Formats: sequence, structure tokens, C-alpha cells
Amino acid sequence: MTAVDFAELLARWQFGVTTVYHFFFVPVTIALSLLVAVLQTLWVRSGNERYLRLTKFFGKLFLINFAMGVVTGIVQEFQFGMNWSEYSRFVGDIFGAPLALEALIAFFLESVFLGLWIFGWDRLPKKVHLATIWLGAVGTLISSIFILVANAWMQNPVGATYNPVTGRAEMTDLLAVLTNPVALITWPHVIFGSFMVAGGLILGVSAWCLAKVNKEADGVELSAQAAKDVDAHRFAVKLGAWVLLAAAVGTIVTGDIQGKILVQTQPMKMAAAEGLYTTEASAGFAVIAFPNAEGTGNAFELTIPGVLSFLATGSFDGKVEGINDLQAAYAAGQIEPNTELARAAAEHTAKYGVTNFVPDVVASFWSFRFMMLFGCIAILIAIGALVKNRNGGTFKAGKLLTVIAFAAPLLPLFASSFGWIVTEMGRQPWIVNGVLPTAAASSPMVSAFEVGTTLVLYTLIYGAGAVVEVGLFLKTVKAGLPIVEEPKVLENDDDPLSFAY
Amino acid sequence: MLEIGTIGILPIIWFILVAVLWIGYLVLEGFDYGVAMLLPFLGKNEKERRVIVNTLGPVWDGNEVWLLTAGGAMFAAFPAWYATLFSGLYLPLFLVLVGLIIRGVAFEYRSKRPDTRWRNVFDWLAAVGSFLVPLVFGVGFANFIIGLPVKPVAGNELLLALDPAPYFWQLFSPFGLLGGIVVVVLFLFHGSIYLTLKTRGEVQDRARKFATLIGLVAIVGGAAFLVWQNLAFAPQGIGSLGVIIGWVLLLVAAVGLVVAWVTVRGGRSGIAFIGTSVTTLAVAAGVFLKMFPGLGFIDSAASATPGGNAGVNIVNAASTDGTLTIMLVAALILVPIVLLYTGWAYWVNRRPLSVDNIPDDPAPVLAS
Repeated sequence: MTAVDFAELLARWQFGVTTVYHFFFVPVTIALSLLVAVLQTLWVRSGNERYLRLTKFFGKLFLINFAMGVVTGIVQEFQFGMNWSEYSRFVGDIFGAPLALEALIAFFLESVFLGLWIFGWDRLPKKVHLATIWLGAVGTLISSIFILVANAWMQNPVGATYNPVTGRAEMTDLLAVLTNPVALITWPHVIFGSFMVAGGLILGVSAWCLAKVNKEADGVELSAQAAKDVDAHRFAVKLGAWVLLAAAVGTIVTGDIQGKILVQTQPMKMAAAEGLYTTEASAGFAVIAFPNAEGTGNAFELTIPGVLSFLATGSFDGKVEGINDLQAAYAAGQIEPNTELARAAAEHTAKYGVTNFVPDVVASFWSFRFMMLFGCIAILIAIGALVKNRNGGTFKAGKLLTVIAFAAPLLPLFASSFGWIVTEMGRQPWIVNGVLPTAAASSPMVSAFEVGTTLVLYTLIYGAGAVVEVGLFLKTVKAGLPIVEEPKVLENDDDPLSFAY
Repeated sequence: MLEIGTIGILPIIWFILVAVLWIGYLVLEGFDYGVAMLLPFLGKNEKERRVIVNTLGPVWDGNEVWLLTAGGAMFAAFPAWYATLFSGLYLPLFLVLVGLIIRGVAFEYRSKRPDTRWRNVFDWLAAVGSFLVPLVFGVGFANFIIGLPVKPVAGNELLLALDPAPYFWQLFSPFGLLGGIVVVVLFLFHGSIYLTLKTRGEVQDRARKFATLIGLVAIVGGAAFLVWQNLAFAPQGIGSLGVIIGWVLLLVAAVGLVVAWVTVRGGRSGIAFIGTSVTTLAVAAGVFLKMFPGLGFIDSAASATPGGNAGVNIVNAASTDGTLTIMLVAALILVPIVLLYTGWAYWVNRRPLSVDNIPDDPAPVLAS
């Protein structure tokens, strides 16, 4: 391995570590901001204090999470230029635009209006204040659209051509970039996934709080305040569980469509994610598979006949291409998608000696399965919580409940992480699918020492950040629902603010 | 050399737009760097520190988005500029990121626990982070003025990278270091004026005293830097007109500083704040003037090939006209909207704060 290759490997690790970490905070930011907006709307419409308490409680949890998402997000934008300079130069004409628009439209909306929301309780009239959380939440949604458009272009580069004079990809059709089928299906998939996380978070937190209230009552009749808490948390458990379930349906439906699009746009990724080595007319779905040492087939597999064909094509005897056949086709120069951009691929694969077009099958296969498994367990938890809540059952404090309370948000969250790991690792060896190999994309003059040092330091800083963040989060949960007063707009300059940092 | 007549209008407009976004960032976040650097020093007790933090609380994140937008605009409009600059200044930018991370976390997390040690840690993180970022950017901008040496990457003639041998030590040249110090001092002045505008009582008095002191340093240091810049590194991109504009900008910057110093002493903080804002604008405009059209790069082999192209410039680094046009339309619609609601946010939070406005901390939660 040359020094440049080693630097590139470390740059990939740095992207993986910082991006997976950043995305721990993204789903909660997107979906919890919207759910807090819903809770506040319920309060404004009904005047019921229960919703105001839930708004403030989950609003605070949202903000603890949001701060970490913001600061780790800055790294993301700088990282392309720092570690991936040839990538940036090569794709900037297309990829840069959604990033700039994301900042201009979404980041400003998020930051300015969430700032107004946090500090605006006693400075803005009720309804104007409600509008600020909605605008902030809409900002997070818009942000996700643009970044997913950018990512979808890396998976399925449309609306662009290769200019051999400038030696880069150039945009030919903005509309095609914005309506990339991969973007159109990935966006709802990611958003539904995010609502599974936020639903799980509300469910887990409130179920745990319910158990705590019950434990503190210790069999004696609840005090008036405790009864209010129980009422609010019961509502929240129900809300969280239903959001999780509804979002799960959406996630599964969009995931299914996404799979069918994947077969068209990135058959190699699909084959790797399914551990399918040979092209089959009626491919089975592998529940478990371990590849052989040569990486040419599975040493062991447990499959359900025909199901993969059905999932991928809608027919039990639809043809699904396998890894070995795709590798042979790619090695022979038949690279899909066959556009002008393929010229760039031919030049780069020759120059950088890229001959192996198979991604890490084990990582792709198992990430994909963990994603599905974790999502399914989360669904069971939501159903269980609804059943328990409906029959007037009490949530009993204990190890089991604590595990479930943590699992409810974390399983869908890790499912999202695994989804992204399949998406990104399954695209290898390409950074832009079928156009630019990852090997060609890194910053050639940035040394392994520089990437390695910063990788270690990011990991330490992020690790410390995680400890602080989780600590604050749990402390806030333990403190429980806040006592609230009806907010009123301050008239006098000397009045104490009802909320300040 | 790139002939100015051959440059299309779109790259020029986008170069100006990138400059505008950077100026927006420097003017706005400039004061919040200054305020945060002063946090551990001007706040003598917990409530005073909270007064200071709360002058920034609602606005700092929005201010920072100007930087993200400037970065995004460089990526979209001049991919090769973004690629060469960001990979070239790898470690300095890493320091900037660390600074931004620790200060951002500090603002949001310091209030979330009542205990003193926790808050002291975050106060220092906010101050150190807010010192690091303008220091590095100051050194960086001074080096754009000197010119960063670039050369094509071996095996990829289209990608330019900084020539590591000369540039690394150049970062720490006297002019580079002075640039870093001057920006830090300017933002301390800018930030202390903001505090006089947004606080009342003792914090305000202390901020005013500090402003009159640091203002003198800013005037002396700024004058030295700008005179040095105009004598040694006069802009050449638009001929003798550029040289004249360079001196005019120096004059504007100086007037801004002096007006700010006089008015902040006299208690007219609003005018003083406009003064340091104008200075920040003029200094940044001078840097961008110097960076036209070579983007702050010089060909490290220029001596070998006299008149050799600087490699990366606003023409060959630019995106296609199609992308630039679409982005221009978006920017022309969106920037005014952003300015409008940002202005409204500042207006909503216009009230100056004193310790009387700061509510007591909620009773500490007993560990269960």
C-alpha cells in the first residue's frame, strides 16, 4: 500500500466515523422538531397544559441533540474539500449547488427560527412563536431534501455530462438532478426512518418516566401532580408508538420501492447487499450467508426461494444479477450507466488500476440485515407499548423496561446508520457510481499523517461530546416533565426573562 | 496573466457574491467571537456571565450559517478554488473546525447544568474556540494577500495543490502573524462594542472600558497591517485603479475604527457598532480585491516561467455558466429574504440585558 493509498484509506475512515456520528443527531433533529411543533400546536389550540409541558420537555431534549448535530455538521461541509479535493473539483459543478442551496435556504431557516423559538416564549405572541418552531422544523426537512439530492447524484449520476477539456462532470439538467429517482425515493425513506427514531424516543422516554412515577408512588395513590405526569406520559407513549408504527409502514413501503430502483441503478450494490453471487432467474432471499474464502460464492447460506426476485422485480421468477457476472461485465468495460460520464470512468479506472468492482460483501450484506432486523424489533416494541398502555397496565420499573426504553429510539437509529453503511459501502469502489472511483477522489497532497492525526482528534472530541450529550440527555429525562407557567409577553425592560441560557 | 477583459461576467459576479457572504460572516460572527473571548473576563459572577451569553444565545448560530453558506458558495461556484484551498490549508482548517465545535457546544450546553465547574469549563471552551477561529482566519487572509504558492499535482495536471515546502513556513511570516492578531483585536473591539449595545449595568460599564482600551490597539495594529499590505502587496488585478481602491479601503477602515473609538467612549454604541462593522467590511473587501482574479494563489514555478498562469483563477476554477446562472437566480431571491428575517430576529431580541433580566437557575435536581 502506497502512502497515498494509506491516506485515502484513513480519509475514508474519517468520512465514515464523522458521518455516521453526525447522522446519530440528524433523524432526531428532523422528526422531533416536527413532533414538538405538533405538540405545541396542540397546546395553542386546546390550552391544555399537558401539551405545553410535553412541548417544553421534548423541546429541551431536541435542543440538546440539535446542538451536537449543528457542530458536527460543519465538519461535513469542510471535509469534502479537505480530504476529497479531486472529488470536489470533479463534481463541484453539480454537487456544490445543492450544498450551497441547503445552507442558503435550510440552515438559515433552522438556525434563525430555532433561535427565535428558544428565546421567544416571552418576546413573541403565542401564534407567532408557534410559527417559529414550524419554520425551524421545515428548515430541517428542506435541508434533508438538498443533501439527499446531492447524495443521490453520487448513487445515480443523472443530468450531467463529462467535459474532457475541463476534466470534470458538468451539469446539463438541473431538473433531472432534482428529480433523480433515487433522490425521490430516498428522501421519504430517510424521513420515515427519522420518524421511527423520534417516535421511539418519545415512546422510550415517556415509558421510562411512567415507570419512575409509579415506582415513586410505591403503591400509594398518586399525588395530583404525579397523576398529571402520568396523564401526559401516557399520551406521549401512545403518540410515540403510533408515530413509530405509521413511520415503519412508510419506511417499509419506500424501502421496497427503493430496492427495485436500486436493481436498475446499482445492481452491484443490490447483489452485494443480498449476497447473490450468480445471476439467477428465481433468486432466493438469503436470511443468513457467509461468503467463501475466495469471495466467489457463499460457503453457507439459508435462503427463502424466489423472494429476492419478488422483492427486486415484483415477480418470483424475475432475473436478478449476481456479483460474479456483474464483475465480469464491469471488468470487460461494460459500465452502467452508459452515458458520456462512462468515458470518465474508463479513463479513471485505467489510470488508477481499478479492476475489482465488488464492494465489501460481508459489510453490505450484514448491515442490510441489521437494518431490517432492528427496524422490525422496534415495531414489536411499539406494538407492545400500545397494548400495555391501552389495558391501563402500568409500566414497571426494572432492567427490562430500561432496556426497552433505550432500545425504542436506538434500534431505529442504528437501523438508519446501517442503511447508510450499505448505501455508501455498497457503492464502492466508486465515489460517484460508474463515473469516478474513490481511489481517484482523495486529496493527493494531504498526508496520511495529517488525516490520521485529525481522525484521532475528531474521534476523541466526538467521544467526549457523546459523553456530555448523553449525560445531559439522561439528566433531563430524569428531571421529568417541567412545571410550567402560562407564557406571557414581557412589557417591562427590567422584568426577568421567563427563559434564558 | 489572466487578462481582465477576457473574464466573463458570471465568474466576476460570483466572486463578488462569495466576498459578500464572507463579509456577512465576518461582520456578524466577528462580534460573537469577540463577546465569547471576553466572557470569562468581563463576567465577574455567574449572573453577569449569563447576561453575556444571552446577548449571543438567539443569534450566534444564524451568524455561523454565513460561513457555511460562503463555503457552500465556493464549492458550487468555484469548485477548484474550494478543492485547492481546503485541502491545502488542511491543518489550519482543522483548528477552525475544532474552534467552531467547542464554542458551539459551549453556548448550548453551559446553561444546562447549574454547577460552577461545569459552567467554567464551557466558558473557557467558548473563549478559546472563539479565539482560535479568528486567529486562524486572520493568518489565512494575510496569506491570501501574500499569495499562496500552488503547483499541479503529479499525475493530475487539472488539480492544483499548495506547494507545501514554501507555504507552511510562510503561514508564520510576520505579516501572516500580524494578520491573525489584528483580526482577533478587531473582533475584541467589535464584540465589546456589541456588549455595550446589548447590556446594561456593570457589564456594560466594563465592556465600555475595555472597548476604549482595545480600540487603541485596534487602531494602531490595523493601521500597521493595512499600510504594510498596501505598500508591499498592492492589488494588481485591475491595474492602477485597484491600487487606488486599496488605499481608499484603508482610509475607510481607519475612519471606521476612529469613529467607533470616539463614539463608544461617548456612549453612542450604535454608531460605534456601525464603525467596526464598516472597518470589518473594508478590510475584508481589501483582501478580496487583492485576490482578484488569482484567488490568492501564486504559481510556485512563476520564476521559472515568467508570466506563467497562476494555475487557479476565477475563470478556470469557475463552474459552468449554467450552474452559475441557476445559483445566481437562487441567491438573488433568497439572500434578501434571509436578510429580512435575520433582521427581524435581531429586532425581536433587541432589548439590552442586565442581571435583573436573568432568571434564577432552577433548583438543582437531586441525584436519584
